[in-house]
Amino acid sequence: MMDAGVESAVEASGSPRGRSAPVRAIQAIGTHNFSLLIALACLVVIFGMLRPDVFFLARNISNIGQAIAILGVLASAQTIVIVSGGLDISVGSVLGMSTVCIALAVPATGSTALAILFGIGVGAVMGAVNGLIITLGRVNAVIATLGTMAAFRGVAFIISNGQSIPIFDPNLRFIGDGQIAGVPVTIVVLLLVVVLFFVLMRYTITGRNIYAIGGNPVVARLAGLPIVSYQIGIYALSGASAGIAGMLLAARTGSGQPLSGSQGAELEAITAAVLGGCALTGGKGTIVGGMLGVLIIGVLNNGMILTSVPTFYQMVAKGVLLIAAVVIAEYQTRRYG
Amino acid sequence: MAAPQPGQVENPEDPTAILAVRSVSKRFGVVQALEGVSLSIRPGEILALVGENGAGKSTLVRILEGVHQPDQGSLEVGGNTQAFRSPGDAHAHGIRVIHQEPDIIADLSIAENLFLGDFRRVGGVFLDRRDLARRTRKMLSAFGLENELWPWTRAGNLGPAQRQLMEIMRALRTGVRLLALDEPTSSLTEDEAQRLFGIVRQLRGDGVAILYITHRMREVMELADRVAVLRDGRLVAERATSAVTEGEIVQLMVGRPITELFDRRARNPGPVVLAVRGLTTRRVKDISLEIRAGEVVGLAGLVGAGRSELAEAIFGHERATAGTVAVAGRTIRLRSPADAIAAGIGFAPEDRKSQALLLLRSVKDNITLCVPDMISRFDFVDPVRERELAGGLVERLRIRTPGLDQLVAKLSGGNQQKVVLSRWLARRPKLLILDEPTRGIDVGAKAEIYRLIAQLAGEGMALLVISSEMPELLGLADRLLVMAAGRIAADLPRTEATEERILDLAMGENLTRGG
Repeated sequence: MMDAGVESAVEASGSPRGRSAPVRAIQAIGTHNFSLLIALACLVVIFGMLRPDVFFLARNISNIGQAIAILGVLASAQTIVIVSGGLDISVGSVLGMSTVCIALAVPATGSTALAILFGIGVGAVMGAVNGLIITLGRVNAVIATLGTMAAFRGVAFIISNGQSIPIFDPNLRFIGDGQIAGVPVTIVVLLLVVVLFFVLMRYTITGRNIYAIGGNPVVARLAGLPIVSYQIGIYALSGASAGIAGMLLAARTGSGQPLSGSQGAELEAITAAVLGGCALTGGKGTIVGGMLGVLIIGVLNNGMILTSVPTFYQMVAKGVLLIAAVVIAEYQTRRYG
Repeated sequence: MAAPQPGQVENPEDPTAILAVRSVSKRFGVVQALEGVSLSIRPGEILALVGENGAGKSTLVRILEGVHQPDQGSLEVGGNTQAFRSPGDAHAHGIRVIHQEPDIIADLSIAENLFLGDFRRVGGVFLDRRDLARRTRKMLSAFGLENELWPWTRAGNLGPAQRQLMEIMRALRTGVRLLALDEPTSSLTEDEAQRLFGIVRQLRGDGVAILYITHRMREVMELADRVAVLRDGRLVAERATSAVTEGEIVQLMVGRPITELFDRRARNPGPVVLAVRGLTTRRVKDISLEIRAGEVVGLAGLVGAGRSELAEAIFGHERATAGTVAVAGRTIRLRSPADAIAAGIGFAPEDRKSQALLLLRSVKDNITLCVPDMISRFDFVDPVRERELAGGLVERLRIRTPGLDQLVAKLSGGNQQKVVLSRWLARRPKLLILDEPTRGIDVGAKAEIYRLIAQLAGEGMALLVISSEMPELLGLADRLLVMAAGRIAADLPRTEATEERILDLAMGENLTRGG
């Protein structure tokens, strides 16, 4: 026998008959994404009312965009990791490592492109190390990446001697401050990454298989999917994305800092993904949802700064937001299956 | 209410009833799960509740249990109207449901599970283990289990039959007046089922009312005093089992006569598709067998005999320590199921929900899971080809779904199983292994799956079917392999196989008889 809720829900949904246009529109966006949009609108209205003089200025909106570029790259990669049934809490350390590597590689290679590739490549390798530990070592993803979070940070300190390394490179500065057709380059980078990941997860067999592996690894194995290679690939992708995020940070700050990314980058990325509808049990979540989560966090951070919420209270708010997101997700799963 | 349905019996105004359900209706979204169902159950009777999947049996049980509340209608316990807001309310009124998946704490002992919440103390602090063991042994001996179970055995180490008995004992301890059993024999062997029947009869003798939910007609006829039939959320009949035949019940359930279930035409097996030689894993020993194209081979045996483990070994899911598997004459290297699939083997495992289906994904994603090349170009999904392929299979197997994008979790058991079969049909394997293909599936869908198996064999596919339902195996298979204790005990052609013979072989009696 099946359980009754499921049994009786046969044909209860999915049928467009007798539904009004707005209801269909909400279903097309996804009910979860729709509630995120409402939450975002609420935040905008609240902060818009509290600081009408500043909040809607082009400069402030550009600030929000700049601030979420790094988080957006991390969160969309984190979404993929969580969908696959994993978690990567080492991304902040990989990010810091990437800034240091780029800072060292710019003078060493004399080429911005090579330095960036090096930074991203180091990130990918560190991600692959995570993947190997998790698959071949059969270590729980949280523990494995908790360990490498500390270890990678240590490596970044070792190779930089614990110092911030300044970067003098006009190309990299262009990435940090420049604009392409009026759009900040950091936002362009973010959009490229997000579109790439969106297409991957939405329109490719690879993306579907990632959902399958996260949804139920036994089913995926019995369907012949190469789970180990997928997982290693996914963590490598997460590491490479942290490398890209590191490039953005190095470009904006003009330096490689081993400590960068240590102030809760992984926390914010995971919060955004979970807010966006990712189930920590895997198999569920979307890039679009994750990006809406990023926007909510970005507006919240910006609004708290504008309304002069003290930093320590902001930290409390961020922690509460992550837990609230999980509680809400859990409640929705129970209620709607 | 509308005029009574044909075949419906008297309004159950029954003063002796332990529990009466009065015109209960329940809706979920657009689905009317129950509509105006009235039913009563008396102390000391066994009432069988039957119906196809989706007929509303589970919903009714969940209402009795306080998990769901009825939209309309009411429950009466001992003549008083009661509203159950939670399972706790139902328990307080002596209503207990034994689910298919036992609800026990694996890391506690039998004794602790049984008496949780009712521990006695010595010196006000310490658990009185001697008293606990004494009470547990008393309970075990009431069921004739005192020689089989030890009070301090870890509950997680028990077999499914023993866990179930433990749950029943726990229900009895807390004072049960109505015991509902949901498909209690689905994971039991014949012997274990018989023992359960004995206990159920014993409880009836003690005046407990039993609500027995099952798909198996034989159990209804053997055990129940009355049978209530649900179809599409309505009670269509309520009869004494002495006044009704199996065929009539099935007809009431599906609303149409089921004619021939099995295709009995003789088949002409072709060349050998699967050749297994000396295959050994942790659970099966030295297995050799052959299956030919167009042949349906049944795999019989008791639960735990190693049937599923053999299937998993052939499919590369369980690692073999010795032996070879050859498909169409070529020995294959089995490192993972991917190798078996590449060689042309398909496998529909025993537990659909945990081993076969991606419950959070759509019907079409589930169907096309193993054929990425057929629906994509350069890794990009081609939605047209994908819908064509999935849609064709949905049509061919008559999967009842509102659409290809429906979540597979929302389909009924029978339709879920058809989705699993479609996945493999899309690949057209040379050999298809089906482990309990009709478990928990209603009669109508069963008949369709039987027809499909015969049709596939007719098209030249080799099939290995594992089933615990003897009539199903005898009806489907051209040849039967009987497993006992991890080995193949016998290889019988259909003409020589009978239920008794298979059971003897499965229990290993041929060995003791010096055979």
